[in-house]
Amino acid sequence: MNLYVILKRTFDTEEKISISNGEISHDSAEYIINPYDEYAIEEAITLRDAHGGEVTVVTVGTEESEKELRTALAMGADKAVLIDTEELDSTDQYTTSAVLAEFFKDKEYDLILGGNVAIDNGSGQVGPRLAELLGIPQVTTITKIEVNGTDVFIERDVEGDVEKIETSLPLLVTAQQGLNEPRYPSLPGIMKAKKKPLETLEIDDLDIDEEDVEAKTKTVEVFMPPKKEAGKILSGELNDQVKELVSLLRSEAKVI
Amino acid sequence: MSKKVLVLGEVRDGELRNVSFEAVAAAKEISSGGEVIAVLCGEGLNEAGKALIHYGADRVVLAEHSLLSNYSTDGYVQALLQVIDQEKPDGLVLGHTALGKDLSPRLAARLKSGLISDVTSLEQAGENVVFTRPIYSGKAFEKKVITDGLVFVTIRPNNITPLEIDESRSGDVSAFAVDVKDLRTVVKDVVRKASTGVDLSEAKIIVAGGRGVKSQDGFKPLQELADVLGAAVGASRGACDADYCDYSLQIGQTGKVVTPDLYIACGISGAIQHLAGMSNSKVIVAINKDPEASIFSVADYGIVGDLFEVVPLLTEEFKNVLVKS
Repeated sequence: MNLYVILKRTFDTEEKISISNGEISHDSAEYIINPYDEYAIEEAITLRDAHGGEVTVVTVGTEESEKELRTALAMGADKAVLIDTEELDSTDQYTTSAVLAEFFKDKEYDLILGGNVAIDNGSGQVGPRLAELLGIPQVTTITKIEVNGTDVFIERDVEGDVEKIETSLPLLVTAQQGLNEPRYPSLPGIMKAKKKPLETLEIDDLDIDEEDVEAKTKTVEVFMPPKKEAGKILSGELNDQVKELVSLLRSEAKVI
Repeated sequence: MSKKVLVLGEVRDGELRNVSFEAVAAAKEISSGGEVIAVLCGEGLNEAGKALIHYGADRVVLAEHSLLSNYSTDGYVQALLQVIDQEKPDGLVLGHTALGKDLSPRLAARLKSGLISDVTSLEQAGENVVFTRPIYSGKAFEKKVITDGLVFVTIRPNNITPLEIDESRSGDVSAFAVDVKDLRTVVKDVVRKASTGVDLSEAKIIVAGGRGVKSQDGFKPLQELADVLGAAVGASRGACDADYCDYSLQIGQTGKVVTPDLYIACGISGAIQHLAGMSNSKVIVAINKDPEASIFSVADYGIVGDLFEVVPLLTEEFKNVLVKS
């Protein structure tokens, strides 16, 4: 099977966010593979081990994303591709999916996997957009996948319910938490990863006109949510605290 | 400039979801005096269509087809493209629900348009409508505009106020013949897991448990409190990782991001990843044994105590006052 994983480098979930010069401050932040993309990588490796074939991880970003690609190779992916879009002025999900579609145009793929959402921008658009541009079906937020020849059986999370789906390859899926438990790269894995192929493509290497991938949206402001004032810690007998709380929720907060 | 804006209404278990009324309100704002057309897909949708008129839609288009009674990506893409081709709207609003998240990027790709997902508020600014949305799971916010073409957004449930229902509003509700075929993904079965039927993303009240619940059984008192309040039950990652509950309940940076009117955190320490998923709730109550727990830093009201003592007392007290009122 030809398996591809689209992944994104994101801020570590432990990071506090701050803003400088109207943008999210990137200084000294720790970066990781987007957690949902890790599920996708793990699933791709498992499927390859069961059915044979190759796992290629692809990211659209800057050269700094090499680190996350190496991590994916250390987990067990076979090849990595970095599409460097540093030179593009304005990018959004329209751009990213258009660039990826151009990359996939002449590739042979059976299954493309990604996370269902990236924890930084949180729009969850690139996977389904790419599926549409490639003209293949999609199943989002999957928690289980079985492949039998070209038949695919999937379970997906729909707001807590489980949908059981039948479809076929070629296909794009996006991973939901619960799909698997991503492995940590092993030491031998890390050593091997250094020798695995990592190809870097510039926009000029793809058949892309910059104007055709120009963003359709623009961020005009970034701001922090208003700081919450310190709340009220109740005191006294537990029974009285509970009574006071219920009364406050009704009369002061008016939410009950 | 007034615009023509399309809204996709979402019906679940025969009922329109609240987010559909919220989407009509958002569409009204975007249209700035233009026309709001609601679209419904499926069968037997007349009543739901009328409800959308009562909530402010000017006109309703019913895309009726047996293959649309259950959601499928292909079916809905086909149906909506046909409606869009007919109506040629300037704007499109969907709920940021499981359906909206699956469908909207696919439609945007087909329409070669931008898409602003997960919008929590919107405002007019000159010619533009500016949309606010959370980033970094609510640790920050951004304001965005569509710079080219269709104004296409999904709105987060529970954030935009629907218009007041007015049953004297009238408008045309008419069927639209759609051609739907060749669905490439087939739903064979749906296993209901959400026990109370109250969806986390749309719940007005959420009772959430963390490591402090200690076991699967530990969620029982939380469920009892939730039942009394008509609330949904959620959990922290700690509780899910410890296998006290299903991952579908997880609230946080991974997991669901929620903004209910009332969030009751029981035995949740308040790791930054959890706070990212719930700190924008309107009112937060924290119940925790540890007075130093960081959940208290975002709480409006806190009780320092054992959740297994506090929660049952709270359930009883709510029962008492809610029966009286």
